[in-house]
Amino acid sequence: MTRPLLFSLLILLSVGCFVVNLTLGSVSIPAREVARILFTQQSEQTAWLFIIEKIRLPKALTAVLVGWGLSVSGLQMQTLFRNPLAGPSELGITAGAGLGVAAIMLGSGSVTSLYAIRQLGISGSWLIVFMASLGSAMVLLLVLSIAGRIRDHVVLLIVGVMVGTITISIISIWQYFSQPEQLQEYLLWTFGSLGGVVDYHLLVLSTVVIFGLILAFASSKALNSLLLGEAYARSMGLTVGRARTIILASTSILTGSITAFCGPIGFVGIAVPHLTRSLLGTSNHRILIPASGLIGSILMLVCDSIAQLPGTQSVLPINVVTSLLGAPVVIWMIVSRHNLRASFS
Amino acid sequence: MSANLLLHTRHLSIGYGNHRVAGPLSVQLKAGQLVCLLGPNGAGKSTLMRTLSGLQNALEGDVYLGDKRLPHIPPTELAKKLSLVLTERVEAGHLTVGELVALGRTPYTNWLGSLTSADQERVQWALALTGTQSFINRRLPQLSDGERQKVMLARALAQDTDLILLDEPTAHLDLPSRVELMRLLHELARQTRKAILLSTHELDLALQAADELWLLGAKGEFEHGVPEDLVLNGSFERTFAASGFAFDRTTGTFQMYPAPTGPALGLQGNSAAYFWTRRALSREGYQIQASARHSVQVTDEGWFIDEQTFVTSIHDLLQELSNRYSYRTDNEDLHKKRR
Repeated sequence: MTRPLLFSLLILLSVGCFVVNLTLGSVSIPAREVARILFTQQSEQTAWLFIIEKIRLPKALTAVLVGWGLSVSGLQMQTLFRNPLAGPSELGITAGAGLGVAAIMLGSGSVTSLYAIRQLGISGSWLIVFMASLGSAMVLLLVLSIAGRIRDHVVLLIVGVMVGTITISIISIWQYFSQPEQLQEYLLWTFGSLGGVVDYHLLVLSTVVIFGLILAFASSKALNSLLLGEAYARSMGLTVGRARTIILASTSILTGSITAFCGPIGFVGIAVPHLTRSLLGTSNHRILIPASGLIGSILMLVCDSIAQLPGTQSVLPINVVTSLLGAPVVIWMIVSRHNLRASFS
Repeated sequence: MSANLLLHTRHLSIGYGNHRVAGPLSVQLKAGQLVCLLGPNGAGKSTLMRTLSGLQNALEGDVYLGDKRLPHIPPTELAKKLSLVLTERVEAGHLTVGELVALGRTPYTNWLGSLTSADQERVQWALALTGTQSFINRRLPQLSDGERQKVMLARALAQDTDLILLDEPTAHLDLPSRVELMRLLHELARQTRKAILLSTHELDLALQAADELWLLGAKGEFEHGVPEDLVLNGSFERTFAASGFAFDRTTGTFQMYPAPTGPALGLQGNSAAYFWTRRALSREGYQIQASARHSVQVTDEGWFIDEQTFVTSIHDLLQELSNRYSYRTDNEDLHKKRR
């Protein structure tokens, strides 16, 4: 299959998944009615109009942003670490974002929950994004400094999990001294949710994610030359330090902002780039970045549709669904080691 | 300054931190030259290569590319003057050979890395020069080690630099691939007027292919010159003396065994058979001396021992000699002792 054809297919598929995602939920709304609401902002049933415009559309848009953001973030990390097992949640970067958010609460003096922070308004959401990105960047720098001494892919994964565990332990200590209701809310946050991002939150999240994606796309030439390793990249005129800073910034911003708003969402960032490379058979980041984003958004929309448990009144946490789908992919990657070696050294 | 002078150093000292590996060195690379850097392990060959290519800072002194000093050349400009091939195997499984070689155009492409038709032409030229056009759609894991190094060389050629530095490019290759790569490098230096510097452990190949040798000794001593001069003036023996092997000036090879101490034998003849007979006799410990009482005559048909006994193989010759001098047993003791 040629690449333009594959891309048009992926775009069609993501639009299809987007519409299907809008029709599904505790109330079933026919696809034709969904289309009518989208194009004319009118409907026979005002309840449907409200559900689509205020709940499902923001949630579906969030799913698309999360899919793009986490996949591209994971892709950049895999190239930067030259390790196909690198990913935002696997290396503890999402835990770092959580720590950043927790730091605001500790700093504010009063113990508040993440949901309460979300209610702070637009300046509050910028603050969350900043702190979460900062937390991500700190953990990323730490793991990156350790990674320089490790050659084995799987060992780096273990180090990442350990760093994540330390970070979560720090949050847990703080949790230990907080109120039971807030504990409950924190636990809800760790399940991950696409539903909480509405109005200006969505505006902030999309601005930040698009900015991060632009940074990533602008780094695609640097990422390509880093495929051969740092020494070759330098010999081809790349200022490795600067390129690395931009890639780190993009990764932290994408992971940090998404984690702050939606909670830690696992396995999308590690599995999607790998699937994309296998599917397209290329290492060229100019193709991989948009393709990973499209596949990531399709995957998030599908996961969210499954999480809705169509026809029932209950909803599964999104992190549960992505983990159920993503973890087997990672196990398969580790078991078929030739797959690991084929991607990077 | 001559226009041919592409790289030179002034009072260059190389090393890590406070540890000086070698220096001060004054070396030159000229257009069209293939230079081989030889030296025992740990002598600092890689450090010198890294310093010359700007991957590592010099302890003292300067590296000049043309008339510009190395740290002051911006990265993209440096990438247009000097390209690298490294020892480590590159693993980027989904890259095709075409894409990999095209990465060599990185210093010339725009911010997105789009290839112009001129870039494409240069890639094709590099593939053609290294004889790798037929690999263009293959992926790296589908290449043998020898093919892989040729592709990495093509990438360096596509980078279109006056200088190519290769750090032990033959390290993972089998003998035919090593010979082929050295021959290719020799031809490239002549054809393209590039200066090619490679570090290697292949002494005999380097002696044959290089226009100039750089010898870096274990204690940082440095000598350079035409290979044959370095052999004749004993530099070779001195540089590798620490390794415990003797370099035989007359054959240009390293002797695996200590100087022979066995019975003296005369040897006459002048064919290929003479050369190999001499090697076999040296291995067995016989001293080859023109004035010896006993002698072996090498002819086209076989070997005459003292113009009486005739044998048809080196095996029979050694057998016969050991019967005569009952020397073989001593030699076996020697072997045992060595083990």
